[in-house]
Amino acid sequence: MALEGFTHLAPCAAGHEIIRQGRRDLTLIRMTPDIVYDQMIGMGCAKKVVFSWGGNPGVGSLHRFREAVEKGWPNPLEIDEHEHAGMATRYAAGASHLPFGMLRGYLGTDLAQFNTETVKFVDCPFTGERLAAVSAIRPDVAVIHAQKADRKGNVMMWGLLGAQKEVVLASKRAIVTVEEIVDDLHAPMNAAIIPSWVIAAVCEVKRGAFPSYAHGYYGRNNAYYKYWDGVSRDRETFLAWMDKHVMRSKDFSEFLQSLEAEGLHV
Amino acid sequence: MSETAYTSDEMMTIAAARMVRNGAACFVGVGLPSAATNLARLTHAPDAVLIYESGTIGTRPKVLPLSIGDDELADTADVLVSLVEIFTYWLQGERIDLGFLGAAQIDKFANINSTVIGDYRSPSTRLPGAGGAPAIAASCGEILITLRHNKRAMVQKLDFRTSGGHMEGGDSRAKMRFPGKGPIAVITDLGIMTPDPVTKELTLTSIHPGVAVEKVIENTGWPLKVAPELKTTPPPTETELAVLRDLQERTAKAHAGG
Repeated sequence: MALEGFTHLAPCAAGHEIIRQGRRDLTLIRMTPDIVYDQMIGMGCAKKVVFSWGGNPGVGSLHRFREAVEKGWPNPLEIDEHEHAGMATRYAAGASHLPFGMLRGYLGTDLAQFNTETVKFVDCPFTGERLAAVSAIRPDVAVIHAQKADRKGNVMMWGLLGAQKEVVLASKRAIVTVEEIVDDLHAPMNAAIIPSWVIAAVCEVKRGAFPSYAHGYYGRNNAYYKYWDGVSRDRETFLAWMDKHVMRSKDFSEFLQSLEAEGLHV
Repeated sequence: MSETAYTSDEMMTIAAARMVRNGAACFVGVGLPSAATNLARLTHAPDAVLIYESGTIGTRPKVLPLSIGDDELADTADVLVSLVEIFTYWLQGERIDLGFLGAAQIDKFANINSTVIGDYRSPSTRLPGAGGAPAIAASCGEILITLRHNKRAMVQKLDFRTSGGHMEGGDSRAKMRFPGKGPIAVITDLGIMTPDPVTKELTLTSIHPGVAVEKVIENTGWPLKVAPELKTTPPPTETELAVLRDLQERTAKAHAGG
């Protein structure tokens, strides 16, 4: 499955629900694992991570991801690692229902030699130029967060759109969490709309991208990304924190209340 | 001119900023490169076009972003595009003059490691990885790299080559037919290294004021070549320092939340 959203609109509430439901052995696909996958990996949901940049942006490491890769805790983690351009191309190939995508990429990097299953090189049939071919990504499930849906389930988003449209169209099923469901989207022409008939389910989850952001609703909580470094560094501290704030909360709004109760600005 | 006190990090950021040409379309990595390019934009290069890989083109952030996709970048951009578009039409499309990257490690040919320390399959330290860097390093017209100068960062041999600089030196990059020319300078807190025109080996060509050549050599993990006509980097001007400090103060306040 792929929970996408490049810095903006990360589907963090959906990640919590997957953790609470105790899902295991998932292949987690996401260009930037971010806090949402750090939590899922640390809670033992992941068998494999497919990604292209696994850090806490501007802060440092994702400690749970690191410990899984370095020490196999809480379980060994397989990785399929790419560069961003390759991942974006893999999603676009998936959405286009092609077996692979092509780019002038993986030049000068050692990445291709460790990813022989998903990166190969082909010769252009017209010019003979050697180009990278990357296998298409077609997830069973995509989860994204967006600003608005109407009552029919048409979804509208704006701001940084990442690869969400590609991942929705590449996936067998797509679930969208939204800030609000409205009667009318009042969408301007050419707005970024995903029509309801390619979406399996829409769920209203206010602030569902926290600590990431939803443009027009709330900003990125950069202080929280720094705070996460301290919470996640040690596995016992992490587990206690997850138990207190995520496992004991029935939904995302209770989770946010539990943070506020500790004086955290959310 | 009166002596103004400044830190080695400030000297690094200011020296890096000076390398950004006004009007250049500049693909910016987060962290040190972001501070340098924004300082350039706020001083001598007001028409530099700043592009971050999240898809913000022509952005003018009032505070430095913590991530590559902060709302501040989106709010102040000329146009926002999707990830597929930024990497294919803009970067692969060779629209970018200058790529500005940070690194965990570099070697003497300015190849970059930001992936692992140790063996890839069982690393002693797992770093964040590639992100957009390999494509930036390959496709931008020219590349600048900025990082702090020490033996852990400037190594004889990389554990993993994440992004290609001048590869094995000489004409090895040219033979691989990368679209861009590759690194033109590495700016550190001690000085500036530029690739030799023929061998492409990084050579110390400028040293920051008050830094001894021996110190730079000691902090480099390979036998560093020093240019015969070694220059001294001009110290920060009062304007450069004031603009940088102002920017960093605004940024610290914004990221503290509340």
